[in-house]
Amino acid sequence: MRSTLPSAAFAAVIMFILTFPLLGLKLEREGVTLTVNGADTDTWIMIGLGVAAVFFFQLFRPSIVSARQRVLGLYPSHGRFNFDDGFKQRFEKVALFALLGLALIWPFISDRGNIDLATLVLIYVMLGLGLNIVVGLAGLLDLGYVAFYAVGAYSYALLSQYWGVSFWVALPIGGLLAAFFGFLLGFPVLRLRGDYLAIVTLGFGEIIRELLNIHTDLTGGPNGIGGIPKPTLPAIQLEPEPALVALEFGRRAKEEGNLTFHEFFGLEYSSETKVMFLYLIALALVLLTLFVIRRLTKMPVGRAWEALREDEIASRSLGLNKTRIKLSAFTIGASFAGFAGCFFAARQGFISPESFTFIESAIILAIVVLGGMGSQIGVICAAIVMIVLPEMAREFAEYRMLIFGAMMVLMMIWRPEGLLPVKRSHIQIKTSQES
Amino acid sequence: MLRVKDLTMRFGGLVAVDQVNLELKEQEIVSVIGPNGAGKTTIFNCISGFYKPSGGEISFRNAPIHNLPDYKISKLGMVRTFQHVRLFGNMTVIENLLVAQHRHVNTGLLAGLFATKDYRRREEEAMERATYWLEKLDLIKVANREAGNLSYGQQRRLEIARCMVTEPHALLLDEPAAGLNPRETRDLNELIMRLKLDYNVAILLIEHDMGLVMDISDRIYVVNQGRPLATGTPEEIRNNPEVIKAYLGEA
Repeated sequence: MRSTLPSAAFAAVIMFILTFPLLGLKLEREGVTLTVNGADTDTWIMIGLGVAAVFFFQLFRPSIVSARQRVLGLYPSHGRFNFDDGFKQRFEKVALFALLGLALIWPFISDRGNIDLATLVLIYVMLGLGLNIVVGLAGLLDLGYVAFYAVGAYSYALLSQYWGVSFWVALPIGGLLAAFFGFLLGFPVLRLRGDYLAIVTLGFGEIIRELLNIHTDLTGGPNGIGGIPKPTLPAIQLEPEPALVALEFGRRAKEEGNLTFHEFFGLEYSSETKVMFLYLIALALVLLTLFVIRRLTKMPVGRAWEALREDEIASRSLGLNKTRIKLSAFTIGASFAGFAGCFFAARQGFISPESFTFIESAIILAIVVLGGMGSQIGVICAAIVMIVLPEMAREFAEYRMLIFGAMMVLMMIWRPEGLLPVKRSHIQIKTSQES
Repeated sequence: MLRVKDLTMRFGGLVAVDQVNLELKEQEIVSVIGPNGAGKTTIFNCISGFYKPSGGEISFRNAPIHNLPDYKISKLGMVRTFQHVRLFGNMTVIENLLVAQHRHVNTGLLAGLFATKDYRRREEEAMERATYWLEKLDLIKVANREAGNLSYGQQRRLEIARCMVTEPHALLLDEPAAGLNPRETRDLNELIMRLKLDYNVAILLIEHDMGLVMDISDRIYVVNQGRPLATGTPEEIRNNPEVIKAYLGEA
């Protein structure tokens, strides 16, 4: 204990230095001058307790650590995730269905603000899953992914502004356009890898944003595009004559010929139905994305992406066309960002280049890396953490981004492989002896 | 089957391969030997399309291939292994074998998404071929392990299995015995003979293990400093004074 005394005292002093100016001093305004006052007694007690806790933990650290190891030694699997493969797979399945169940009943048990937040999470899940193809599976570091998100968003905004195209028609067009831009980006970067590739994609993201900024007459430049119509629900009208109508979710139908949802079903108008409807569209899009990408990973093209990531020379020697595989990864990855962008524009009703800055790319990339490269359920969890946490930390105001950053640093130190690293699927093999 | 004529490869001012001629017939095992840096692997890289030769002609099954990109050459039915094992380390053993069968499976996106009949049939066939070769090379027990975690001998065998699932006509093996113990080398010896006899594969081999080379080769080419030095049966090579001087050493 004597040997740990100096270091324990040192740690306690550091703790005090760190907490005292942040919590113990308060700036208060008296007229025009600021005065420094001490905090109230409660805060001082908390600081004292914190310092004492750090001191005693450091003092008894060797015995605490050895005690913990003794306990773990008695129950080797306790405290660690040492389950067998079968259990892991079953656990993942159960977790996935539980998550899906929660997602389905969420709009009915939650309030407006939380549904809206969940919709935002779903958008990032879609973006994360899309980028996961490029970064996680094909191993191509893309720092400009937000460009495709922007292409999707602007294609719906512009199509609806100039030609009055509806959301459901614009959705596939937005996806295709984003895919086309992904294809375009793919060409110049075919020969690049690693850091060089990252820089080029970074530049590409900035180019798209600047293009949107400077073409003021077409895109409204920095002023953005507003009044983008919300998605409508197609329904079949029976009276006066059978016809296909679009249902709007506002109080009154904005567009000629459209009906409102509450009138059609003879309900009381509620502002919540609109939010719920948007949420359900997002959920449907995410489920579709999940299904398609899950399928892709088990298909030849998915295997080829991974092979290219693992060893490019070996893939070429086995007849894999590097060009086609890289382009397909960029194209398919980008198309999901296009869908997400389309939906984003419809949800916001207003978009501007400000929504598509580099920090967005960074957040999406962080979702992929934190979740565990290539892991779908990891991406979902990471998207929830990355979007919900800053929202919950709103009361800390200016420390919000600080907490956010610290979390990322700690994550990468403790679990560099991500929250839920990808597990290779186990393939059942029929041997000739058995059959 | 494979015919190399006056192959020359220059890197800047350095002539790595100079006027090499080579021939590989059906059901034949041909070895290329020579001191380190003689240009053996460069010859392989030219044949398999990784380098574009500076001069000469290469034809495979009566079609010129020296202008084709690497992935097209392997699609024609000539695949290679590497001096340092190149597996897809984070993928499982069985996945390694499935990737290799890219040209046999249905790579259409829609076919895969909707799992058409043709797609499922071809996936099943790929799986069967993979299983067959895993059993053949005694890798079936590790089928679901990640390739990077296998022992060195198993990795070498997996690399050969990965070539064989593509059902090649010719196989280029770059030092397959490097790093193997004597027993594994003997097994490899047997395996190569079996590939030739049972599967009708022609094999071009680079190897330093003289025991292996002399045992299984039908013919041997000796290269030294990029130039062909001698060619002949193992018996002729063993007794060729020039080869002894340049490579085998005085006994």
